[in-house]
Amino acid sequence: MSDTTDTSPEAGREAEIAASVGHRHEDVAIASQWQLIWWAFRRHKLAMVGLWVIGLFYLVALFCEFFAPDDPTQQNRRAVFHPPQMIHFIDNREDGWGIRPFVWEMDRHRDPDTLAITYEKSGEKIYLRFFGRGEEYRMWGLFDWDLHFLATVEPRDQFFLFGADRLGRDMFSRVMYGTRVSMSIGLVGVAIAMVLGIALGGASGYYGGRTDAIIQRLIEFVLSLPTIPIWLALAAALPPSWPVYQQYFVITLIVSLVGWTELGRVVRGRFLAMKNDDFVIAARLDGASEGRIIFRHMLPSLTSHIIASLTLAIPLMILAETALSFLGLGLQPPAISWGVLLKEAQNIRSISQAPWLFIPGGFVVVAVLAFNFLGDGMRDAADPYAH
Amino acid sequence: MLLRYILKRILWMVPFLFAVSIVAFLLIQAPPGDYLTTYIAKLGESNEVLDQASIENLRARFGLDRPLYVQYFKWVANLLQGDFGMSFEWRQPVSDLIWQRMGLTVMLSFSTLLFTWAVAFPIGVYSAVRKYSIGDYVATTLGFIGLATPNFLLALIMMYVGVVYFGSDVGGLFSNEYKNAPWSLAKFWDLLKHLWLPIVVLGTSATASLIRIMRANLLDELNKPYVDTARAKGLSEFWLIMKYPVRVALNPFVSTIGWVLPNLVSGAVVTAIVLSLPTAGPLMLQALLAQDMYLAGAFVLLLSSLTVVGMLLSDILLVLLDPRVKYE
Repeated sequence: MSDTTDTSPEAGREAEIAASVGHRHEDVAIASQWQLIWWAFRRHKLAMVGLWVIGLFYLVALFCEFFAPDDPTQQNRRAVFHPPQMIHFIDNREDGWGIRPFVWEMDRHRDPDTLAITYEKSGEKIYLRFFGRGEEYRMWGLFDWDLHFLATVEPRDQFFLFGADRLGRDMFSRVMYGTRVSMSIGLVGVAIAMVLGIALGGASGYYGGRTDAIIQRLIEFVLSLPTIPIWLALAAALPPSWPVYQQYFVITLIVSLVGWTELGRVVRGRFLAMKNDDFVIAARLDGASEGRIIFRHMLPSLTSHIIASLTLAIPLMILAETALSFLGLGLQPPAISWGVLLKEAQNIRSISQAPWLFIPGGFVVVAVLAFNFLGDGMRDAADPYAH
Repeated sequence: MLLRYILKRILWMVPFLFAVSIVAFLLIQAPPGDYLTTYIAKLGESNEVLDQASIENLRARFGLDRPLYVQYFKWVANLLQGDFGMSFEWRQPVSDLIWQRMGLTVMLSFSTLLFTWAVAFPIGVYSAVRKYSIGDYVATTLGFIGLATPNFLLALIMMYVGVVYFGSDVGGLFSNEYKNAPWSLAKFWDLLKHLWLPIVVLGTSATASLIRIMRANLLDELNKPYVDTARAKGLSEFWLIMKYPVRVALNPFVSTIGWVLPNLVSGAVVTAIVLSLPTAGPLMLQALLAQDMYLAGAFVLLLSSLTVVGMLLSDILLVLLDPRVKYE
C-alpha cells in the first residue's frame, strides 16, 4: 500500500493501528485487509468482550444437553417454585476442609393453616461433580450420552441453580435449552435477511433507474409498517397445533422480514458508489458477465460491511422472537426459548413469589448487549483504510 | 414551495395506505378458518352445538361465504365512507370500540415522544460536552442497558417493584373509581398519575438511542473551526454550545421522529398488554386471536396510518428546521 516514508493519512492511520496493537509499521504495510480489520477490531475493548460473551453463548447453544444438569421438561411436584441454590466450593467438614462443589439441600414445608409452601435449609449438603454422570440424553438427536458439565454425586438428588418454575422444572436446564433456540433463531433469521438484503439491495444499486425506485418504495413501505402489530397478525395466523420445528421456521421467517431492509440500504448505497469505480468498469470492459462483476468483483469488497450489519440485525431478531413468544404468539410450549420462559413471568403473582423467573430476561439483555458491542466494533473496523 | 411539498407527500400516502389495507386484509384472512370456526369451537367448550343450517346462516350474515376479493372491496368501500364494519365478537360497530382506545394510543405515543426528547436532549449534550466524564459513562451504560431491555421485560420489572416494594398495582391508566367516569379535572389528574409508568417503560429504549445519536452528532460539530472562532470572540461556553453546534446537531435528532414513532406505536402494543392499558394493543391482540377480522383490520390500518402521519410530520419539521434539506 505505502512505503515507510509515506506521510499520507492512510499511512498515519496504519502507524497508529500498528503501534496500538504492537505491530511494526512494515508488518502493517504488507498485512492483508482481514488482518488490518482484526487489528482494528482488537482495539475495541467492549467489542472483544462482546465477542467472548457471544462465543460462550453459542457454545452453550451447541452443547446445551451437556450444560443442562436435568431434562428441561422433567416435572417435579416436590420442587414447585424451589428457590435458587448457590454453589459453594470450600467445604468444611469434621475431617478437615477441602475444595468440593456442593449446594445446601432445601426442605419443603407446608404451613398447615395457609397451605403456603416454604423452603428451608435442611443442613444437608448435596455434593456436585464437574463432568459427572447424570440423566441420559440424546446428543443432537444422534447418540445417547450421560456426561454433564455439573452433576450431583448422588444420582437421586437434584439441584436448582436458577430455581424451579411452577411445575418444578429446573430453570437452569430450561435456560440452557432456551439459549439454543433463541440464539439460533437470530442466526437463521439473519441468513434469510442476508439473501433478501443482498439480492434486493444489490439489484437496486446496480441497475438503478426504475428497479431502484420500485425497491426503494418497497423498503420504505416495510420500514413504515408498525412491526409489532404486523408480527402479531402474522403470528396469529400460525395454527398452534403445528409441530415445533414448523413453528420455529415460520417465526424465523416473520422475524427476518424486518432485518433485511437495513442491509438492503447498506448494500444499495455501496453498489451505487462502486458502480462506476475503475475496477468495475475495467471488469465490464473486459467482458465479464454481470454475475461475475457482482459476485466476484463488487460483493467481496462489501463483505466486512455486510457482516457488521448482520451482527447488528441479530439482536433485533432475538428481541422480536422474545416479544412474540412472550405474548403467546411465537413459539408454543413444549418448545423452549427465552421468550417462552419469560411468559411464565407474565403473571404478577408468580413473579412476586418466584422472582428468579426473570433470569431468562437477564440472558436476553446480555445477549443483545453483546451483539450490539460486537456489531459496533465490527462496523468501526470494517473499513481499515478509512479514517 | 413548502406547501407543494406537503401536498405531494400527502398524495403519496394514498397508494401507501391502499397497500397497507391489502396487507392488513390478507394478514387477517391468513389464519385457516374464520371467525365462525373460532366461535363454534368456543360454543363447543360450553357444550352448545350449532346445527349446519344456522352456521350457514351466520356465515351468510357476516358475508364470510363470499370470495375473498369481494369481501375486501366491500370492506374498503365501507371504510371510505367511514364505516369500519361490525365486530363479530362484540356485536358492535368497530368504530364504537376503537376511537377511545386509538385516542389514548395517540396520546401515549406523543407524550412518550416528548418525554424522550426532553430527557435525551440535555443528557446527550452533556455527554458530548463532558466526554469521558463519569456522567458520560453513566449515561452511556444506562443507555446501552435501556437499548437491550425489551419493553415488556421493563414493564414486568416495574410491576414487580411496584407490587413487592410499594404494595400497589401499577397497571392500567385509571384508578377504579375513574374508569367509567366522564372526563373531569380529577380524572385527568388520575390519568397523569398512571401515565408516567408506561411513558418511562416505552420511552427508555428510544431515549437511549437518541442520547447516542445526539452525542455522536454533537461530537462531530464540537471540533469544527467555527466553535473555536466563537470561543475566541469571548462568547460564554453555555451560549456558544447552545447557539451553534447544538442547532446543527439537532437536525438528525428531529429526523429520528420518523423511526421513533413507528417504534413507539409498536412498543405501545406490547407494553399495553403487559400493563393492561386501555389502549389499542390488548384489544387488537384479542381480536387477532379470535379472528375478529374487521376489528383487527381497523387496528392494523389505523396504527399504520399513525406511523405514516408521524413520518410526514418529521419530514416537514426537518424542512422547517434546515433550509438545506431539499424538497424531494
